[in-house]
Amino acid sequence: MEYRYDIVIIGGGPAGLAAALSARETAPEAKILMLERDKKLGGILQQCIHNGFGLHYFGQELTGPEYAQRFIDQLEAAKIEVWTDTMVLDFSSEKVVDCVCAARGYVQVQAGAIVLAMGCRERTRGALSIPGTRPAGIYTAGCAQRLNNIEGYLPGKKVVILGSGDIGLIMARRMTWEGAQVKLVAEIMPYSSGLNRNIVQCLVDNDIPLKFNHTVTAVHGQERVTGVTVSEVDPATRRPIAGTEEFYECDTLLLSVGLIPENELTRGAGVEMDRITNGAVVDQFRQTSMEGVFACGNVLHVHDLVDNVSNESAIAGAAAARYAMGQKAAGQVYAVKAENGVRYALPQRIVAGDAGKLDVYFRVDAAYRNPSVQVLCGDKVLYSRKKQIMTPGEMEKMTLDQGLITGDITVRLDK
Amino acid sequence: MELTCIVCPMGCRITVEKVDGRLHVSGNTCKRGEKYALQESVCPMRTLTTLVRVRGGEGPLCPVKTREAIPKAMLEEALGVVKGVCVDAPVKIGDVVVKNIAGTGVDLVATANRERR
Repeated sequence: MEYRYDIVIIGGGPAGLAAALSARETAPEAKILMLERDKKLGGILQQCIHNGFGLHYFGQELTGPEYAQRFIDQLEAAKIEVWTDTMVLDFSSEKVVDCVCAARGYVQVQAGAIVLAMGCRERTRGALSIPGTRPAGIYTAGCAQRLNNIEGYLPGKKVVILGSGDIGLIMARRMTWEGAQVKLVAEIMPYSSGLNRNIVQCLVDNDIPLKFNHTVTAVHGQERVTGVTVSEVDPATRRPIAGTEEFYECDTLLLSVGLIPENELTRGAGVEMDRITNGAVVDQFRQTSMEGVFACGNVLHVHDLVDNVSNESAIAGAAAARYAMGQKAAGQVYAVKAENGVRYALPQRIVAGDAGKLDVYFRVDAAYRNPSVQVLCGDKVLYSRKKQIMTPGEMEKMTLDQGLITGDITVRLDK
Repeated sequence: MELTCIVCPMGCRITVEKVDGRLHVSGNTCKRGEKYALQESVCPMRTLTTLVRVRGGEGPLCPVKTREAIPKAMLEEALGVVKGVCVDAPVKIGDVVVKNIAGTGVDLVATANRERR
């Protein structure tokens, strides 16, 4: 094969960038290749022009493009080869990566180790089955963000936003500042999955109403959206309540209703998947069920903070480098289970052998006040901590002493 | 005034009142919340992040921000100034795009590189 690399990283967003630099640090002589389908590196960060990135990782508040550039600036010095305009079609358990590349055509690359860093995409109208017509003017929030912030087109003038995820909240402020009128943010749940800070600084600051337990039940308009019907839902069943319908005149409906890890390649290769995270099942090195294939960032599980993506990807990149250099982690494998209020915990597996600290990330399944987080190993309590508040929108982290793990562990809440 | 604290996920509902000529904060559960509420009631500050037009660059726009937070009350005026701004490529991160925007004493700077096309 013409192209051989020790480490191939699929995706040049925040996850791929951090993984590549960390792989270089671990293996100074390794041949590293990054494949990116866009024309530029940085992924979604390039269109996230608001600030709030990097508080944990760099200790300062940066905008998305600034955060990305800090990594991109280091790539060249780190002698990491980058192919942009390159789409990966599939990869095999022999670690042959098939891709099409604007500069090279169809190419096969033999990798020593693969890091999956493809990120995620947004749920669309199709995933929600909103009744009504199919006019122009319905965008996912991230699509509107790209049109506005990169291409320079304002997607609409009178806007209703469905879903109170962070991108939707950010776009409510962005479009207001660009001169559009944002009439409403409707959220089907009784709470927002977005950060408090965004609710205050994007909605409250601009007098944009946020209605919980509300959803869009019809879209109107033939050529272009002319309005939407918004209804209250029963909090228990999340079904619309008859008689609560309200018409909002608008030309644009933005959807901010969740993200899906983009795992077509992963599934195609036959890697074991987790049905809750929609990402691969991994161990603490972020190695998947396929030896030498690692995953990190939003393709593994959807993060709220890019800082966490960078940290996780550094783990995956370093482990991929060690694997490519012939050091393989082996040992007894224990399962990490989530129950009683914990939706998932990651890594899902732990390879025994290390004595150090082990960070476990998890999310709860609803909002809880004064819960206690517990980690059990058989009848031993490995970890127990009281929390003031936990919400599904905030990923939690805890640090375990790996030496104490002698069997499968369970992460749970004492509610 | 009533406000939601943004310091942590608790999101405390905080009330700030004038008692005997002094500001009194209640509803907070920590010291940081008190500090935030006092700042919000005296002079709320925000960082403005937005876009300016670029001539001769890779794309039509370049993202910008105020180097520090400016008074919330000045956001509208600052946005008005930004509307008329057009810069020539190349632009480098940190380049000053507008000095002392809207008289706030804070510079508007580029937050991305834009090569010449």
